[in-house]
Amino acid sequence: MTHNLSSPISEETIRELKVGDQILISGVVFTGRDAVHKYLHDGGELPDDVNLDGGILYHCGPVVLRDENGEWKVTAAGPTTSIREEPYQGDIMRRFGIRGVIGKGGMADKTLAACKEHGAVYLHAIGGAAQVLAECITKVRDVHMLEEFGSPEAIWEFEVKDFPAVVTMDSHGESLHKDILAKSEDALAQRR
Amino acid sequence: MSRLRESLIELIRRTSAEIPDDVQTAILRGLEQEKEGTIAKSALEIIERNIGLAKSKSQPICQDTGSILFYVDCRVGMNQVEFAQEAREAVKEATKLGYLRQNSVDSVTGKNDGTNLGPGSPNLHFHQHTSDEISVRLVLKGGGCENVGAQFSLPNTTLDANRDLDGCRKVILEAVHQAQGRGCGPGVLGVCIGGDRASGYEFSKREFLRDLDDRNPDPKLDELEQDILKTANELGIGPMGFGGKTTLLGVKIGAANRVPASYFVSVSYMCWAFRRHGMTLANDGEITGWLY
Repeated sequence: MTHNLSSPISEETIRELKVGDQILISGVVFTGRDAVHKYLHDGGELPDDVNLDGGILYHCGPVVLRDENGEWKVTAAGPTTSIREEPYQGDIMRRFGIRGVIGKGGMADKTLAACKEHGAVYLHAIGGAAQVLAECITKVRDVHMLEEFGSPEAIWEFEVKDFPAVVTMDSHGESLHKDILAKSEDALAQRR
Repeated sequence: MSRLRESLIELIRRTSAEIPDDVQTAILRGLEQEKEGTIAKSALEIIERNIGLAKSKSQPICQDTGSILFYVDCRVGMNQVEFAQEAREAVKEATKLGYLRQNSVDSVTGKNDGTNLGPGSPNLHFHQHTSDEISVRLVLKGGGCENVGAQFSLPNTTLDANRDLDGCRKVILEAVHQAQGRGCGPGVLGVCIGGDRASGYEFSKREFLRDLDDRNPDPKLDELEQDILKTANELGIGPMGFGGKTTLLGVKIGAANRVPASYFVSVSYMCWAFRRHGMTLANDGEITGWLY
């Protein structure tokens, strides 16, 4: 089933989503990957104008160029592997009120527990589909912490329209990744 | 700008933006076999659309433009120092043009100076041969798939893998299972049986230079390649780990001699965004042909 999702998102809306739902995301998303997660985990504060309450965090290190008028232009923007943020994600979700995390490859038990308790979902984008996903970014609203972290690791603030993703971890404790891992383990055991 | 540098920038552009034909054909085969209405099918549809868009816009297929691996076959007497310098300048320029992301980080300070230049970047492998031809192959290998690579030392008791091809089969399939969708499948495996810890991985990556549709000249390795491809695609991991029939697009296995005490199996995983191209060059650096 395909759902449209716009940020900011209420807990109620998130609780309606189930593993396997295909989603088209619109509104504001913030990028954040390894450096941002470690920084926040170590007690760092978000810049004042970054509000993640009800928001969506995107594990992404885009290719962004600046044109002759000083405007940012995203030329490639697919997801990065999320599991690296597993030690931090659950706490960061709760602390900042994040309702959706976009990434790839899925996350593990700590994040799944936080999704259930706090009311959030993991949205799996198509890894490597940098062009299709860049086309969904209609505007670069701002960039934060560019100096500290460098372009791929900075907090980019994007406006997106109909950005495609799949719910692979929901707020009811279900995870497609756990399911496929178990099934493929059985299939492999029969073929060893 | 030298003609050689221009040619190298074009090689980088083409590698970053255009998927090779053999890989695209394999992805289309996968797309055809996935069931209508599944998320596996829709993932492959997005991938297919992405391939077309990247090519038409001349922009990176994937934003992680990866480790930059050059493989240069050159005639005796070619100045490799000069070539390496031109390659570095080409990388710097290609980064400015957005064909490459600012993707190289100082491992001690954590700084990214935005040039993609530094120790180990780009990575250049020279090989001299007696022919006059110069050929340059480039592989851009993203970090997501690099992180799911695995190296096993046989025997491996947990996996009941002994020092034979059946043992190799067991550990290679284990690597596929461990990777799940995290390497941006459907992927391609490059495997080296033997070698040492460093050369094993190095040889495994050279397998990515082979055409996806070729067959291994060694019948035993050929059989192992076909077996692993078939078995992996029966595991139900599927594109992106969403479930489905297309877990791998290809398996390429080579062997290197080992010392009696060691028996390594090194598995490199390449994502579906398999970026590899190659060109032949005239002595003045002009492109005379494309290899894939």
